[in-house]
Amino acid sequence: MLEKKNQATTANLTVNAVEKPSKSGKTMKKILRNYELYLFILPALLYFLILHYGPMYGIQIAFKNFMPTKGIWGSPWVGMKHFNNFFNSYYFSVLIKNTIGISVYSLVAGFPVPILLALMLNEVKGIRFKKLVQNVTYAPHFISTVVMAGMVVSFLSPSNGIVNEVIKALGGEPISFMTNSSMFKNIYVWSGVWQGAGWGSIIYLATLAGIDPQLHEAAIVDGATRLQRIWYINIPGITPTMIIMLIMNCGSIMNVGFEKIFLLQNALNMEASDVISTYVYRIGLLNAQYSFSAAVGLFNSVINFALLIIVNTISKRVSETSLW
Amino acid sequence: MNIIKETKSDRIFNFINSLILTLLLLMVLYPLIFIVSASISDPDLVNQGKVWLFPRGITFDGYRRVFQDAQIWNGYRNTIFYTVVGTVLNLLVTLPAAYSLSRKDFYGRNFFTAIFTFTMFFGGGLIPTYLLYSNLGMRNTIWAMLIPGLAGMWNIIISRTYFQNSIPGELKEAAEMDGCTNMRLFAQIILPLSAPIIAVMALFYGVGHWNSFFNALIYLSDKKLFPLQLILREILVQNVMSAQMMTSGEDLDLMAKQAKIADMIKYAVIIVSTLPVLAAYPFIQKYFVQGIMVGAIKG
Repeated sequence: MLEKKNQATTANLTVNAVEKPSKSGKTMKKILRNYELYLFILPALLYFLILHYGPMYGIQIAFKNFMPTKGIWGSPWVGMKHFNNFFNSYYFSVLIKNTIGISVYSLVAGFPVPILLALMLNEVKGIRFKKLVQNVTYAPHFISTVVMAGMVVSFLSPSNGIVNEVIKALGGEPISFMTNSSMFKNIYVWSGVWQGAGWGSIIYLATLAGIDPQLHEAAIVDGATRLQRIWYINIPGITPTMIIMLIMNCGSIMNVGFEKIFLLQNALNMEASDVISTYVYRIGLLNAQYSFSAAVGLFNSVINFALLIIVNTISKRVSETSLW
Repeated sequence: MNIIKETKSDRIFNFINSLILTLLLLMVLYPLIFIVSASISDPDLVNQGKVWLFPRGITFDGYRRVFQDAQIWNGYRNTIFYTVVGTVLNLLVTLPAAYSLSRKDFYGRNFFTAIFTFTMFFGGGLIPTYLLYSNLGMRNTIWAMLIPGLAGMWNIIISRTYFQNSIPGELKEAAEMDGCTNMRLFAQIILPLSAPIIAVMALFYGVGHWNSFFNALIYLSDKKLFPLQLILREILVQNVMSAQMMTSGEDLDLMAKQAKIADMIKYAVIIVSTLPVLAAYPFIQKYFVQGIMVGAIKG
């Protein structure tokens, strides 16, 4: 008996000697056993470190007077000069107003549409009709921004665009949409809704498909109507997804997509269409004022990041749903 | 649920629901149909607003002019190259990384996830990124089109979730028991079971490359490297047509005639540039349900 126990302990000891001589050794062991997994992740790690964290090193030029000959590190320090110049410039209020205006409008108009579409699609019984609506509404997502902008310009053309043909047929005067700065936000936002609503509904449809059918069966037995079931089962079911999407959207409120705005922009609608990202592009890359535009860009990123954290914290307190 | 007879209110609900969805369907579909029709209609009739749904005075002159253009061909070639090579590189980086992150016994997975995810919310911004790429000598090279966006954290998350949820953990245990290495496990067991997520990732990345415009705009100035989208911008947005497309007609001295032909070319070019993407979509669409849905739910 004693011998046996001894044997067992020695056996245990040998195993232990191999498995966990010390804490760091154990960690090393874990890493070595799966060394291939580190090779798997290496390309992605290098990519993120060099091409995403790398530029973060370059952020310091926002506080310097960047001179290409002296490099990022060697350029003279000027502190908050570029930020102060930006805050005091004429463009500051215009850019902020346009950026926030366009993005809040996009959020308010664009956020509910995919949800409504998903809720409605979820109620469709006919598989073929459902598939048809899904496939057609997903399609615009695959159209490039350039083509989208081209379509918008063509359709809204005052000389022969289809929209103005309709206006003329109804007895109205053709409107020059693209050169009218008061129309810019509407054009930008609603063309975005047209393009993105179907695709945006996928995530909600997926969540709806995951709702336990027993909830619905029980509700039917209790005599709940369709609308009641949508209101009391489906909507609460997708609320966490809605909150996550809302947090993500709030975190990019200062990031209106550069491409479409840039493509729809012209000298006549500039007053309403100039946003931070197009300004940074123009001043930074076209006029080569690297430091100043890097400061504007940094201001933008910091506000975004702060908004994300604020919204996430609020959401954590209020609804217990959060990104982290 | 079919056992329960539809009530009257159910029927009303279904009717209104289908009606609204049909209206939405038409609103999305109409502009697409109009472009197809306008691209093969007589430009005079389009200009007079007589083409509003079906094509009239069918002509393929617009397409003929588009295909005559050397720039478009060149852009097409470049875009196909960027899309194919770029997507392969994306998959080679994304899938192995996602697989590592899906393994519970991968020491440090939280650390890697955290540093990758942070880049979704904060970055250096346009100018520092531009300076870095310039310093790395990527301007005016094909790398400027292939390297940015090499791995997207969002796509890594979706793939990771797929590996976690759709591939039984027992497979890994059994393979390990038989002394299978992680490399073989991934290449010969995991990947063959992951067709849906590979297809969806290829679609996401592929469409991204096909439609990519921003990187070309800021990093490329050599016309020989221009992707299709940059050439489209000149035609569609800036209204610049090459002489190759505009001439070869009859009496092009007339400005009005030129404008009409320009419109026809625009519609044709929209179709020519968008069709390949839309054509790939139905093939991959069947994987959607398995791919994204699984990936998205618990993401």
